[in-house]
Amino acid sequence: MSALPLLLAELASGAVEIVDLTHTLSPDFPRITLPSETVPSAPFRIEEISHYDARGPAWYWNNFSCGEHTGTHFDAPAHWISGRNQPDNTVDTIPPARFVGPAAVIDCVAASDADADFLLTVDHVLAFEAEHGRIAPGSWVLMHTGWARRALDPVAFQNFAADGQHTPGPDPRCVAFLVEERDILGFGTETIGTDAGQASYLNPPYPAHYTLHGANRYGLQCLANLDKLPPTGAVLVAAPLKIRRGSGSPLRVLAFVPRA
Amino acid sequence: MSAPRRNPVLAPNRATIPPARRSRVATEMSAWAAAGVFALQTCGECEAVQYPPRDVCRNCLSPRLRWRPADGAGALLATTRLHYPYELYFRERAPWRTGIVRLAAGVSVTAFLHPDLGEAPAPAFVTARLDRAGQAALIALPDETANFEVTPMREFTASPKGRKILVTDAASPAGIAMVKAMCAAGAATVWAGRAEPWGVVPGYEEAIAHPAVTVLPLDVTDGDSVTSLAGRIGGRTDIVVNTATYHRPGRALGAMGVESARAEMETTYFGLLRLARAFGPALAARAAEGPNHAVAFVNLFSITALVASPAKATHSAAEAAAYAFAQGMRADMRASGLRVVNVFPGPVDEGWNQLDLPPKIAPDALARATVKALETGVEDVFPDPVARQWYARWRDDPAAFARELAEAGA
Repeated sequence: MSALPLLLAELASGAVEIVDLTHTLSPDFPRITLPSETVPSAPFRIEEISHYDARGPAWYWNNFSCGEHTGTHFDAPAHWISGRNQPDNTVDTIPPARFVGPAAVIDCVAASDADADFLLTVDHVLAFEAEHGRIAPGSWVLMHTGWARRALDPVAFQNFAADGQHTPGPDPRCVAFLVEERDILGFGTETIGTDAGQASYLNPPYPAHYTLHGANRYGLQCLANLDKLPPTGAVLVAAPLKIRRGSGSPLRVLAFVPRA
Repeated sequence: MSAPRRNPVLAPNRATIPPARRSRVATEMSAWAAAGVFALQTCGECEAVQYPPRDVCRNCLSPRLRWRPADGAGALLATTRLHYPYELYFRERAPWRTGIVRLAAGVSVTAFLHPDLGEAPAPAFVTARLDRAGQAALIALPDETANFEVTPMREFTASPKGRKILVTDAASPAGIAMVKAMCAAGAATVWAGRAEPWGVVPGYEEAIAHPAVTVLPLDVTDGDSVTSLAGRIGGRTDIVVNTATYHRPGRALGAMGVESARAEMETTYFGLLRLARAFGPALAARAAEGPNHAVAFVNLFSITALVASPAKATHSAAEAAAYAFAQGMRADMRASGLRVVNVFPGPVDEGWNQLDLPPKIAPDALARATVKALETGVEDVFPDPVARQWYARWRDDPAAFARELAEAGA
């Protein structure tokens, strides 16, 4: 028997709640900032086509533009050079079943508040498992840093100093462990990248990007509302736009959360 | 000292401008004055200097008349005071002192008289300044250093003193320098626009520490950001100084892709378009409001707006697009007496021009030249030797100069 009628019943009764993990796309949301010698990703921009006026008397609509990696967004394996030869490595070819998976939410809020350069390690993951059980294969592992609280303050969210960005992320061994030992579906963060702000100085540089995508796994960034998720038990639906050979896309990330 | 506030129940004082019509040949005098030069025609046959501007030589009837910078030294022959002019602009500002000056070059000219210039006979120095219609007016001064911050001479300036000024990108090297220079020139308020405020920019904090400075969010690539700021300060802004630009070295065929070039166009051209449409109407509406009325829109361009540098092909294209648009702005803003001041420096001494050979103009010098242009009412500013040389050659023969640059590959 299908579980869908039960799901619908639980959604109707509130036993399962849908939590939106998505920030609003707007020009005010900070864009990813890479070293100035590289070509920048276009920020989100929106201009009116018409607004019930001479440009279109009965209709309101806009043109918008942005890079694929804007706002709350999905990283496909082809985004990184390590994932370039993986099969089905772009947003249009990823099997849709991979857009749904359970979520393990690791609480790093206190550590990130204490140290903006906090790195999630294997030991942190093992400590999480000791409390909440082993991370299931095919899980999204979400690093809950509390960074989304800073989204209304672009300076605090980006947290730049003269030596670049200072935001938390995973350390190289941690990503390798999650991919090789736990067979995760992907890794998600509240910050602007799956990697830490200073990750260009890790080995390999940008280990989350390098290792996840090299193993055909996915990334989610700029997630919101992770504080509304349980450590385990939620199910994520994260389906990017179907852009031909797209390396990623902004998307709406929904979490199905059981309420006891 | 703040200017008196206007009574809001009375009709607003609409901007009037002096008569703007000139003969085609006389328009050239205005083009020279726009660049800060008093020029007269000289006959290519008999060397006679001409005034007023004409099609054939007053002496030998030769049509070979050439515009050349003129010597303003002369003698004041006669003066008068006009109390009841017919033209609205002059009537609102009467009385006007005018006089006749005999120039050492051999012609007599009619000129407005500086208040410090006494009665005839007296030595006088004639200069050409743009009036509020953007046309050349001759002004007789006691000497070259006469003060223009007096009535009615201030009409021939767009002085930053006492005015409220928006610097659109205050975090670029030129923007930082511009904020400091406007403060030093006595601006009442400097609104320092800041896009993407998370970057750490050397010198920025020092520039915005001045008590006249307020930082406001402004990203000219974001229409909503521009209209939000115009809603906040557009009705009080007297001068817009558009320092927002984005440029990367890129030859026509050398670089990959279009996104860097698109970013240049998005900031340099579309940014200007957004600013002009958001701030232009409010500037025009306040172009006669009190002594520190709205007065100017300043564009910080590059000399490559006039003639392309092959080493900066995409940047030149964006500059040329913005400059072409600014010509349209000038036409539309002229009706209310607003100046569109275009600054065309050669290479500026900042990071993205590191590989340009010297001489390069320092951002501080560029900002000082901009202030001086506002104070002297100049509309076309060539602030450094490279810019002046390029401008002179472009003016002489644009097609030949473009070929020269292409062959030099610079």
